[in-house]
Amino acid sequence: MNIEVWVFLTFSLVAVASAVRVITVNHSVHAALFLVLTFFSCAGIWLLAEAEFLGLTLVLVYVGAVMVLFLFVVMMLDVDTAPMQEGFTRYLPLGLVIGLVMVAEMVLVVASPKFSSEKLSNAVAHGADYSNTEELGKAIYTDYLYQFEIAAVILLVAIIAAIALTLRKRPETKYQKPSEQVKVKKSDRLRIVKMKSEQH
Amino acid sequence: MVPLSYYLILGAVLFGLSVAGIFLNRKNIIILLMSIELMLLAVNMNFVAFSHYLGDTAGQVFVFFILTVAAAEAAIGLAILVVLFRNWRTINVNDLDSMKG
Repeated sequence: MNIEVWVFLTFSLVAVASAVRVITVNHSVHAALFLVLTFFSCAGIWLLAEAEFLGLTLVLVYVGAVMVLFLFVVMMLDVDTAPMQEGFTRYLPLGLVIGLVMVAEMVLVVASPKFSSEKLSNAVAHGADYSNTEELGKAIYTDYLYQFEIAAVILLVAIIAAIALTLRKRPETKYQKPSEQVKVKKSDRLRIVKMKSEQH
Repeated sequence: MVPLSYYLILGAVLFGLSVAGIFLNRKNIIILLMSIELMLLAVNMNFVAFSHYLGDTAGQVFVFFILTVAAAEAAIGLAILVVLFRNWRTINVNDLDSMKG
């Protein structure tokens, strides 16, 4: 076995072990941190598969943004996790059986000779002058431009939806009304009073 | 060179773990959301592996879009969670039965 296989096995072992901890740990903050470790290991595996841009995006977007969002929400909501664990042992056999059956089925499919054919067994190893980001950019900005714009619209919808859901009006808070502030004229606010100057 | 089936088996194992996680943690809605993220990661692993072994960037473009949609889903899901907690003071799935579904 060469070094690549060892690196792959190390990263995948860490990923699977931390994924197991994500679903078994009873504290949500710990689960989020183990999920970060899983994402990080998977980013390493993607780097091994020459998907450098996506590996870095996984770290930046998932670990940097989505998981921080999760941690914020978990820490903001002061939830009592004790009642949430009560069904754990009851559903343990069912969950294990269904998970194992799904894994066994998928392994039966992907370990079949169809996936080890001549075409799929030798990937092209690119040299140092190959830029994965450039290739991905070419594909996105030519063949997938329309889908790329739809993705941008989806993100905009997500931003507006998240803000609209969590925004609340508090009656005791004083708000500015920018439209009225812009519309105001000098005559509305300023009153010039003419009066005699007093003489001593 | 790592064989393709290693990547696919890793994806399958991660997917099975996240399905088991949905069954085990059906009371804790935050860990349910995390399991969904893990499931999407397992799918992305297959896309990246096939993209590498077929020499086709289309798989990586798909992963890009899946990451976009997953980020949007996480943002909206957590916003719903915050509103839920603000209105009911709980996010226990057992207490959220006002629709009697």
